[in-house]
Amino acid sequence: MARGAAFAAGLRLESHKALAMQRPLQVAAAPALAMVALDQGGGVAASSAVNPGMRVRIGTEIARPGDAASAAVHSPVSGVVRDVGPHDIVIENDGADTWGVPLEPVPWESLSAAGLTDGIREAGIVGLGGAAFPTSAKLTAARESSVEHLVLNGAECEPWISCDDALMRERAGDVVLGAQVMMRACGALRATIAVEDDKPEAIAALRAALSCAGDDRIGLLAIAALYPAGAERQLLATVTGVEVPHDALPPAIGLVCQNVGTAAAVAAWVRTGRPCISRIVTVTGGGVNQPANLEARIGTPLAALVAGCGGYRGNPTRLIAGGSMTGRALDSDAIPLTKAMNCILVASGADLAPRGPAMPCIRCGDCATACPAGLLPQQLHRAVLSDDTALFERHGLADCIECGCCDYVCPSQIPLTSSFREARARARARHEEMRRAAEARQRFEQRERRLAAQAQAERRAFDEARRRARGDGPPSGGTDAI
Amino acid sequence: MPGAMAHRQVVPMQFEVSSAPHVIAGYTVPRVMTQVLVALVPVAGAHVLLYGPGLLLLLAVCAVTALACEALALRLRRRDPGPFLRDGSVLVTAALLALSVPPLLPWWLAAFGTAVAVLLGKHAYGGLGYNPFNPAMVGYAVLLVSFPLEMTRWPVPMGAEWDAVTGATALDQLRTGLGQRLTMQEIFAQPAFGAVGDAGAQWVNAAALLGGLYLLGRRIVRWHIPAAVLAGMAVPAVFMHAIDPGAHAGTAFHLFSGATMLGAFFIATDPVSAATSDRGRLFYGAGIGALAWIIRTWGGYPDGIAFGVLLMNLAAPLLDRYTVPRIHGHPKR
Amino acid sequence: MSDGTVLPAIAVAATVAATLGAALGWAATRLRPDEDRLVESINALLPQTQCGQCRYPGCRPYAEAIAHGEAGIDRCPPGGDATVRALADLLGREPTPVDPQFGAVTPRAVAVIDEDRCIGCALCLPACPVDAIVGAPRFMHTVLEAQCTGCALCLPPCPVDCIALRPPGRPV
Repeated sequence: MARGAAFAAGLRLESHKALAMQRPLQVAAAPALAMVALDQGGGVAASSAVNPGMRVRIGTEIARPGDAASAAVHSPVSGVVRDVGPHDIVIENDGADTWGVPLEPVPWESLSAAGLTDGIREAGIVGLGGAAFPTSAKLTAARESSVEHLVLNGAECEPWISCDDALMRERAGDVVLGAQVMMRACGALRATIAVEDDKPEAIAALRAALSCAGDDRIGLLAIAALYPAGAERQLLATVTGVEVPHDALPPAIGLVCQNVGTAAAVAAWVRTGRPCISRIVTVTGGGVNQPANLEARIGTPLAALVAGCGGYRGNPTRLIAGGSMTGRALDSDAIPLTKAMNCILVASGADLAPRGPAMPCIRCGDCATACPAGLLPQQLHRAVLSDDTALFERHGLADCIECGCCDYVCPSQIPLTSSFREARARARARHEEMRRAAEARQRFEQRERRLAAQAQAERRAFDEARRRARGDGPPSGGTDAI
Repeated sequence: MPGAMAHRQVVPMQFEVSSAPHVIAGYTVPRVMTQVLVALVPVAGAHVLLYGPGLLLLLAVCAVTALACEALALRLRRRDPGPFLRDGSVLVTAALLALSVPPLLPWWLAAFGTAVAVLLGKHAYGGLGYNPFNPAMVGYAVLLVSFPLEMTRWPVPMGAEWDAVTGATALDQLRTGLGQRLTMQEIFAQPAFGAVGDAGAQWVNAAALLGGLYLLGRRIVRWHIPAAVLAGMAVPAVFMHAIDPGAHAGTAFHLFSGATMLGAFFIATDPVSAATSDRGRLFYGAGIGALAWIIRTWGGYPDGIAFGVLLMNLAAPLLDRYTVPRIHGHPKR
Repeated sequence: MSDGTVLPAIAVAATVAATLGAALGWAATRLRPDEDRLVESINALLPQTQCGQCRYPGCRPYAEAIAHGEAGIDRCPPGGDATVRALADLLGREPTPVDPQFGAVTPRAVAVIDEDRCIGCALCLPACPVDAIVGAPRFMHTVLEAQCTGCALCLPPCPVDCIALRPPGRPV
């Protein structure tokens, strides 16, 4: 029996996952020219560690992390570095597919938790659910907060995406192994794999894998298929019944959440020592001839991925990296695959309802009914129109998860989500300004106090000198002005 | 990406860019308004069957006036009239006003009322989405206060055994009857009273209930406001009828007389002027029902729905301010 | 109206008016909002550049002037329209755009010292209201970008004109 969602909102969206699930998981051909983006989605872009002309092999580290929120990048092909640009590293594939790391298992059961997170960091593993945050950083923070419960996100609530479904059906064992490794890395005592109930084959495969592994610390939970049940905070509330406080992260209440794809990447590293150089991506939509789930190497141009799926069909109008609700529309298929892309949706007009011109808000409240975060988008819309920062805070703009539910139901077709995204950026900028102003005020007041103290000290020294010059006795304390 | 472009052999395909989400449900304001007009058809039908074809003339006059005033106002405000005239919201205002006034009302009064509703009740505040008051009720209130005689002259329902063309409604007769110290049984025996409520209006109310349930089923309106209005009227009615049945009519009478059902499902549910959160809507609807009952029982007008709605429109911003729902992750208050 | 009702009516009305008027007068003098707290709250909304463009010698004097009703809330270019709006919210006044006679609203800039031209005279150090310039006589001076508010008070004292205002994060 599936557990109902913990938020009385959200949408039941028509599922289009079957399109890509018609075919089994395929391995995509390696690209002739791999264009590995330095900005793989999380944090500041990585910085290149190679030069043109260098020979690299699969798994060779080619870029170092830019900051604590980004990860190392490794070469997905063997060959020669052709070009190092400001945004990407272009490697010409020599077709030999030679590995640069010894492909041997990692003795994870004998490594310490810190050793595991170091290894995960060096392997460049990031969250493959779309956020691309370095997994090692998340697990380390979780360990330091003594989390007890690891939740694996197999919900996949976006209607077009099925890469996690394919992964769970065909590589359930990897998901379970990854969960075990991550539990050791973060110190969690138990784990739960949460899957939406519209994936019965995946649930069955996971159950089989769990009974095979015989680890009773890991459980499986079917949850009601509702969008956006897979959003991290909403998922944790559904699984554990406790809401993560809005001003804290999940480790504050003993939880950590990882995508099942990330778990599988950790398992792949543990099995063979291979760093993260590929991911499963759904290539789907009415604009592709043979939609499928592919295991593709990062750096593969999207055009090559689509070509591997039978090419374009008809005249598609949109190329979306991600799902239909939260994906980013790209303007060209020359863009390469990154670790953050979980779906390539090639959509024609039939798949997407075109948006008409926006009418004024009629305060119908459908957006508030749909909002999974419990916000009042119609009030936030008023705040955006009048650029009222106080109203943003009162109505919780910072808690918006940009899921798109409000846009979806709005009868006036107001582009709410993009206006909130922009307003959040402006609110963050304003916060930063206020913080700087407070700091400047502090420094100014400190300076005033210092100058006043200096002036007083000088005054006293002057009076002291004058007294001595006049030959008076010891000072009586308290100076008189002449 | 300069590195990439230097090595490409195939011309990349270009795509349009849009902002997430890339799909929408396809509800539009015109679709919502059309459904409301469809749901009003049974009401209009009952109205015509009972009170004659005067309503049809009024509907025509009100609709034409409403569209003309909307176009004029939009032109004066230098907005493109196209999308607003097509959205049907002004037609709903016109229909509700036409259904609220007596069908014997002179056409030029109906036109005047509609003009007040659209120009003063809607565009003076900024047009669609910005009016704090229900436009149809603004028009109705102005007409009622300015032309009380014409606005209370309801025809006798068709098929009645009376010897008159116009007569008092059941609510009128209840008020005057109580003033004359008649017993409730004597009052209810009068021909203006039907099985449940007013002889004619009970059918109109039944038709409005039907239309309202259709709207509920199609999810055009949500249950909070209609349920609250009916409860807000029923609770004091039940209470006072239990205490003093001789001086207060029962719940069924109130629910099926006057404009109760039309008000609960069609008038109070105007989203622009109502409260915006679910809890706020419950208070809003209850306030309308209770105020209408109070005005009927102790106030100066036979039916209080219009004034109840306008008074609660005043309270809506306050209700919004104090009924903000809890945000996920914020502490339970 | 009969004679018997007019006089009592006037008396009642007059008493009520007098009582309420006295109460309002008392409230205006005895229940005045705490002045210091008001100045603090206004000061907290100002950008603290201490630049003097508002014609007051610093942000706190301007805050005091606003609290006393001597100055409008539209005098702060570094604060921009966002600050005007915040002040308007706090004080219940109408927000207006920043008055251009006090300066143009420009994006945030920081002072940058051209090290090739700096002669180490240390005249700019005391000019900075937040001590964001590091240096000593005959030693190289530099501006700490994170602390610089862009008030431009260090530009006039420099005898070799080696300080310029640049958008933050940009190399010289």
